[in-house]
Amino acid sequence: MYFTRRLIGMIPVVLGISFLAFMLVRLAPGGPFDHERRPASPEIERRIREKYHLDEPLLSQYGRYLSGLLRGDLGPSLKYRNHSVADIVMQGLPVSMTLGMCAFLFSLGVGLPSGFYGAARRGGFGDYATSLIALSGVCVPAFVVGPLLVMEFAVRKRVFPVALLESPIHLILPTVTLGLYFSGRVSRLLREGMIGVREAEFVVAARAKGLSEVSVLLRHVFRIGMLPVVSYSGPMLADLLTGSFVVENLFQIPGIGVFMVNSSLSRDYTMIVGLVLVYAVLLLMLNIIVDVAYRWLDPRVSYD
Amino acid sequence: MIEAKPAPAGRAASESVTRRVWRRFTGRRVAVVSAGVLALFVLLVTLWPWIEPHHPNVLSDAQFAEPGGRYWVGTDVHGRDLLTRMMHGASMSLMVGTAGALVSLVIGVSWGAVAGYSGGRLDAWMMRGVDVLYSLPSIIFVVVLITTLETALKQWFSRVFSNDFAESTRFLLLFFGLGSVSWLTMARIVRGQVLSLKSRSFVGASRVLGASHGHILWRHILPNVWGVVIVYLTLTVPSVVLYESFLSFLGLGVQPPQASLGSLIAEGASQINPIRVYWWLIAFPSGLLAALLLALSFVGDGLRDSLEERDRQ
Repeated sequence: MYFTRRLIGMIPVVLGISFLAFMLVRLAPGGPFDHERRPASPEIERRIREKYHLDEPLLSQYGRYLSGLLRGDLGPSLKYRNHSVADIVMQGLPVSMTLGMCAFLFSLGVGLPSGFYGAARRGGFGDYATSLIALSGVCVPAFVVGPLLVMEFAVRKRVFPVALLESPIHLILPTVTLGLYFSGRVSRLLREGMIGVREAEFVVAARAKGLSEVSVLLRHVFRIGMLPVVSYSGPMLADLLTGSFVVENLFQIPGIGVFMVNSSLSRDYTMIVGLVLVYAVLLLMLNIIVDVAYRWLDPRVSYD
Repeated sequence: MIEAKPAPAGRAASESVTRRVWRRFTGRRVAVVSAGVLALFVLLVTLWPWIEPHHPNVLSDAQFAEPGGRYWVGTDVHGRDLLTRMMHGASMSLMVGTAGALVSLVIGVSWGAVAGYSGGRLDAWMMRGVDVLYSLPSIIFVVVLITTLETALKQWFSRVFSNDFAESTRFLLLFFGLGSVSWLTMARIVRGQVLSLKSRSFVGASRVLGASHGHILWRHILPNVWGVVIVYLTLTVPSVVLYESFLSFLGLGVQPPQASLGSLIAEGASQINPIRVYWWLIAFPSGLLAALLLALSFVGDGLRDSLEERDRQ
């Protein structure tokens, strides 16, 4: 019941986003054909615009787009001729999602233990050391980490392949490059969340009934302290699953992260709106899942 | 970490909130040291143009000079002194970060305050708008904003103002673009605070005395929100700085020959090759960026902890 209500509530938001994105890219000056052989005759330009219906009023263009959307048609790409946006997304999205999922697991695998350790040793040397490492992970951009990892482990030591995505081994370097930032964020969030509830009444009660400090932390503090991580997981997964420009560019991975930037640079209208919609729908669905997980973890929360 | 000692009753009552937070903050060694380092660094960066040994943009024959001797941290591909460029880059990054954070402050606080204070249908619509913007991938928004508006704005600026002013189009777009993608969380935080504050008795008392909405919001509610806002602001600056560095990597950030820390790092990263390693081009700018962001985050964390301890009492 709750689930279906949330799903229905998504519809107006998605409509709003599609309208906003459509108008944003269409109203801004400049167009997708600006960089093509400029001295094309006005006749040719008119024909191109006619072919893609760019000569109609904006609202009827939007209406046309929406009716296509209902049939799962995101329109033709204006930049990659003969390819539809849906084709490009269908080809790239699974690749980006695989890599994003690996990076997500990596961030949790690294971030949760280090954040837990920091919170358990609050104020001590271990806390500052893990904080420093986590913050450094957040502060060093992926376009620095990536090339350095490739130089060291692919070119010099030849442990991992330099680029491409052919076997699971190929996934390791991109995963680390992509996941480092997020593992830092997860670590900080978990530390803060756990410190926030360390003195809460239910924790004091757990201590008072004689549980050891370790099981108090693991069973009670961690469970509620990881709520900030859970709510961050929605936006984080949406970012990770839709690919990263830097990582896909560096490792020559055929995902959709590259298109996110390139389509905005080349004003490929339909592509931009399509990618925005993919991102938005993903994010909204993930947020619903996050809310469900929230309620399961924290029985005090109710949405009714 | 110094735990707050229970203050004598008389003192606790007479001490103002600001004083109490300040006392808590100064008790945190890491935060205080970070704040001191930041202040010194800002001073150094501001004074740097008068004491710099090399010009930041003048080319020389000493290409890729290693650190040491005449060039303390080496030179770049055009033989420019990296230390000087880093100092200029750091001031640029801090400026972009602060300006972007301020833009996000103005939009976020007004949006959140109005939504939270008015409540009802307006609140619902405004926050639904925030939800919609949240689900827009920010990178597409910023890239489209910068690439499309730049030429148009530049022409307009050089017509209406002067050519010199048109040169700063990119900065203005950067400030505005980065600020306009980072105000959403600020708006949510402020709205939440205002929502809980407006039902407190001192607000009701002011209303009974006949105060206008503007007066209540500005004189009674917002002063209680500033603490949280400042804390979040110190955490927004690093994220804006990082975002600018990513834009520099795409070639959409600060324009050469000017530099930001991000554009310096991007330049260094483009020089990574298997034959020769110009490690200083990456190590020093990213080290400085990481150090600055670390200091900012520690200050922000310290401030927040000091504030939260207050709330618990």
